[in-house]
Amino acid sequence: MQKYLQSSLDEVQTKSEVENLINTNDKAIICCGRNGPMCLPVYGAFEVLKEKEKYSDIKFAVMPFDVPGASIIRELPESRLFMGLPFTIYYKNGKVVGATSSIQNVKSIKATINECFS
Amino acid sequence: MTKYDVIIIGAGPAGIAAAIFAARGTLSVLVIDESAPAGGTVKNTHLVANYPGFPEPISGLDLTKRMFKQAKSFGAKFELAAEITDYNFKDELKWIEIDDDEKFESENIIIATGISPRRLNLPGEQEFKGSGIHYCATCDGDFYSGKDIAVIGAGDTAMEESLLLLKHVNSITFIHHGFHNLRAEKCTVDQVMDHGNVTMIWSHESQKFERDGDKLVIIAENLDTKEIVRIKRDALFIFVGMKPNSEWLKNSGVNINERGYIPTDKNCITNLKNVYAIGDIRVKKFNQITTATADGTIAALEIIQKKSCSL
Repeated sequence: MQKYLQSSLDEVQTKSEVENLINTNDKAIICCGRNGPMCLPVYGAFEVLKEKEKYSDIKFAVMPFDVPGASIIRELPESRLFMGLPFTIYYKNGKVVGATSSIQNVKSIKATINECFS
Repeated sequence: MTKYDVIIIGAGPAGIAAAIFAARGTLSVLVIDESAPAGGTVKNTHLVANYPGFPEPISGLDLTKRMFKQAKSFGAKFELAAEITDYNFKDELKWIEIDDDEKFESENIIIATGISPRRLNLPGEQEFKGSGIHYCATCDGDFYSGKDIAVIGAGDTAMEESLLLLKHVNSITFIHHGFHNLRAEKCTVDQVMDHGNVTMIWSHESQKFERDGDKLVIIAENLDTKEIVRIKRDALFIFVGMKPNSEWLKNSGVNINERGYIPTDKNCITNLKNVYAIGDIRVKKFNQITTATADGTIAALEIIQKKSCSL
């Protein structure tokens, strides 16, 4: 499979891949974006957090914003007002428990993780 | 607590250059940065065309990836996406704590935290970030195809980003606190203004942002009449320059000037012993990738020289 995003995280591209990911991981985060300056820092933060013991129970993934399958994220009620990349969706037991739009720093990402998964 | 010969704070070109020289000089080196990947603001630069050794333009991300790889190849360690939660630079043996967890100590600290896009910090700005308020035309401009937007900013970046936005949007309204003059280069301003769908609202200072249905409302004061006006648009893009990332140093003992930059001597040494400042955070005339890497080189060689003299 061709990867579109400049990230070492697993890349999902279809609705079924998203569904499989969130149904097989209790805690999952999908960052849906492009290769722009607002998205890369969020992918980068997730790449680092993925390696930390504290976050080892979370599945981190990225998804290209422009693939047809991304409608599963773009059309979520939680992303209805989002107009800034990336759209980052937090899933717990297959359900959306948090969502952010645009660039986030590590501090706010950690705060959202704590809020969503604690 | 792990001890290093030098701890570098900031993984932009200045910090990475310092790491390359220090690590190649057999010093143990730790680089800490609150963001990831490494690369500072340069990693967001579309194309770099004036860095020596690259006759074809290279993306900022690719250039800084190469720098990062080079520093790691010499043994430099990196802690990226790490938040500095405490530190002490005043004592002989300095220390830094990250993520309320790990502590590192060193006799030598290099500050390379650079600059970042300035925010207005007005009510509503954080709340509507990504859903009406934006900072990147390339990233978010196409969400507003055919829409009417506002832009705050009057410098070169504001004009260049607006040219990109004009490929998508129906109209741009500039809201400017100034009186009929823009700081940006005239040729870029002319390109923007030549679009028939650009208007200027002069002498208005934004105060806060609200939402009205799908629209964003910019509440601004007319500086001539003191009247408060509500400017309703589909979105607002803010491009108001850069600011030094020095707030975290306010209790460090490191001298910071009134604009937030760190004065140093010609060898990048601050007022504190064995604390250096390099790159865009340092007071200097020209901020370029080449001048940043030069600063990193100087600070690293200075530390290597001091260490070899003390042996």
